Amino acid sequence: MFFLDHIWLIPLFPAMGAAAMFFFGRKMSKQAVNVVCVGAVALTFVWACLAVRQYLDYSQSNPGKPFEKVLYTWLGTGTGHLTFNKKDGTPASFHADAGFMLDPLSAVWLLFVTGVGTLIHIYSMGYMAHEGGYYRFFGYLNLFMFSMLTLILGNNYVLMFVGWEGVGLCSYLLIGFYFHRASASTAANKAFIVNRIGDAGFLLGMFTILWYFGSLRFIDVNTLARSGHFQIGDPVIVAATLLLFVGACGKSAQIPLYVWLPDAMEGPTPVSALIHAATMVTAGVYMVARSNALFVLAPKSMFVVAVVGGATAIFAASIGLVQNDIKRVLAYSTVSQLGYMFLALGVGAFAAGVFHVFTHAFFKALLFLGSGSVIHAMSGEQDMRNMGDLHRRTPITHWTMFIATFAIAGIPPFAGFFSKDEILWQAWSSEHGAYIWLWAIGYVTALMTAFYMFRLMFLTFHGRPRMSHEVEHHIHESPTSMTMPLVILAVASIVAGFLGFPHSLARVIGIKHETNHFEHFLEPVFAREGGAVLEEKAAGQIAAGAKEEEHTNPMEYGLMFLSVLAALAGWGTAWKFYRHTDKGFTEPIAEKTPPLYKVLYHKYFVDEAYDYAFTGRRKIGNTRLGVMGLGEAASWFDTHIIDGTVNFAGWLTRGVGWLSSMWDKIVIDGIAVNGPAYFAQALSYPVKLLQWGLVQWYALVMVVGLVGFVAYYTFR
Amino acid sequence: MAPIGTLHYLVIAAALFVLGVIGVLTRRNVVIILMSIELILNAVNLNLVAFSRIWGLHGQVFSIFIITDAAAEAAVGLGILIAFFRNKETVNVDEIDLLKW
Repeated sequence: MFFLDHIWLIPLFPAMGAAAMFFFGRKMSKQAVNVVCVGAVALTFVWACLAVRQYLDYSQSNPGKPFEKVLYTWLGTGTGHLTFNKKDGTPASFHADAGFMLDPLSAVWLLFVTGVGTLIHIYSMGYMAHEGGYYRFFGYLNLFMFSMLTLILGNNYVLMFVGWEGVGLCSYLLIGFYFHRASASTAANKAFIVNRIGDAGFLLGMFTILWYFGSLRFIDVNTLARSGHFQIGDPVIVAATLLLFVGACGKSAQIPLYVWLPDAMEGPTPVSALIHAATMVTAGVYMVARSNALFVLAPKSMFVVAVVGGATAIFAASIGLVQNDIKRVLAYSTVSQLGYMFLALGVGAFAAGVFHVFTHAFFKALLFLGSGSVIHAMSGEQDMRNMGDLHRRTPITHWTMFIATFAIAGIPPFAGFFSKDEILWQAWSSEHGAYIWLWAIGYVTALMTAFYMFRLMFLTFHGRPRMSHEVEHHIHESPTSMTMPLVILAVASIVAGFLGFPHSLARVIGIKHETNHFEHFLEPVFAREGGAVLEEKAAGQIAAGAKEEEHTNPMEYGLMFLSVLAALAGWGTAWKFYRHTDKGFTEPIAEKTPPLYKVLYHKYFVDEAYDYAFTGRRKIGNTRLGVMGLGEAASWFDTHIIDGTVNFAGWLTRGVGWLSSMWDKIVIDGIAVNGPAYFAQALSYPVKLLQWGLVQWYALVMVVGLVGFVAYYTFR
Repeated sequence: MAPIGTLHYLVIAAALFVLGVIGVLTRRNVVIILMSIELILNAVNLNLVAFSRIWGLHGQVFSIFIITDAAAEAAVGLGILIAFFRNKETVNVDEIDLLKW
């Protein structure tokens, strides 16, 4: 159990890589940077694999039990300091460990984060080879890996929050990697600020949980939530879960906080692949899945999650239909797929949602890396209108990206088919009637997804070449360090789906034993959702459920067929419209319904609306609009009315004081006190003339007087 | 030539007294004024000694007291003068008018 016991080293390796870059990176050669940073992440991956392997052994002897390794008490003491009163009035003491937890859920994340992370590190060696700030880039990437692994492996919400903030910071740093470009630094700020809004929700949710449950340790919270002490629909839990979901919305780019993700494409493409497609943006899904015991107790929150997820899925997909920037299409695709994941979580299909995260990580990372390879070949051009016919010159990129497109479009047997179908099926079969609508939304989204992805492929790789001659001359396949990850990810995009092979299909080909390994693996995390409260209900449902499964199976095949049909329809439509694209083409949708095209092209004017409502960039004269305007109005009111009143009171007091001092100076001091003194002085004037200061004259007067007296008395 | 009698002494004493008074009233230097005061006192001494020829030794005793007193007065006067000179750098009596209003 060496690797499992030393699981805390997993985040530490990339942290050391980042520290090395921070202190010595400037002086290191590119080869040295490669060895340190890529080596650290590769070592992390190996370590993670071995740790998960050992966890499997561990769970054999402790079925369903998460492995926990507490290093030391990080916050609080557990000895009665930092005490507070819980909502029910009983005292509790705040306590958070530097502790690491490995259970099936974190194992899934651990494996794909380190795996995809390693591939993207390798890819970046080729992609960033000609860029400045090489060590800075890899330092940030390693720092990101450290934060993400802390987020995943933390055994309590506080440690998770540390990782959560860390990935936010790294996202900011990497979006703004080309900081000399104003648009990049603006996009970085946007990402950071929008994420802060979500983080505020996360923090408040955390506080609510602490206040209600008295602990932030996942195991404690889950045990309590499943203990049956709490009613389903408990308002405090609803509030806590909604607040947590606000945090998830920020990090995982859901309506209304999704706006930062498309702009995040300003960062280097490997960053988009690693952070803004495969790993970081799934942190919200991880957090909600991690809190599944709470969400199950709050059906209203679940409904909100499902609706927001579904709305985001179709909303972002529809924007993606008409975007021209290759990375922007993929960004909206990511937002849309994240919506899918939340849709799954919201209808209670946690395992399906996590499965989609897992498969999505591979094919979306592949798509981004492929687009990076395309951009590399196109000398930095990102506009698909200026591409075309690249498939001859960049065959590996072309074929691997096509595999990823098949996967995301949901064409069997590629990975996306299994995960997406699982979600659609779960949305359909959920016991709540409203979820049929969610299925419909998901279905339309799947159609759109297939369309915009094949549109991207045809515009990029087929049709007539539309780039300048200079660029065309320069087109080349990327170096091995870039194509190798593409190939590996392509293989993963094909086989990953089979980990979650649905029972219904297995039955068709005559397999009777468990085939949905993924769901089975995650069972300890999700299976006991609802807990004891549902226990008596569950007993009755097992019988009914078995029957229901038999009953609805034909429907499952039907839906599967429909979704494959949607994927093929999307493919066909894109093939029809974009196969022969040449210079000066117009979008078919722009010809048919220009207003709709305009709305979609401008992303429903959401950024503009936010400018009106929140950012204060819109002004009438010098007056900002929206919340900022309100703030400025409040500020004006404060400085002019409130402070004015205060100042007026001060001025009035000063005025009265001045009058009073004048009375004192002129009347009291002047007339009453100094008056008699002046009078006395005036009276004394003639007398003092006698004192003229010459002593000898006084003596003379005296002598004359004496002589006078003597003469008088002598001669009278 | 008549023998020297009491009247002669008195005339000389009166002359000394007048000289002293004129000195006190006219001279500007305080040192000279103090010396003039000595003249006046010595004129009185001369009177006392002259009258003691007629009425016995009381006058001479008094004159001894007056000489002692004059020495003390001169010491105090000169002490004040030196202290004053340190402040004002002058011994002219017409410049010494600090107590004037």
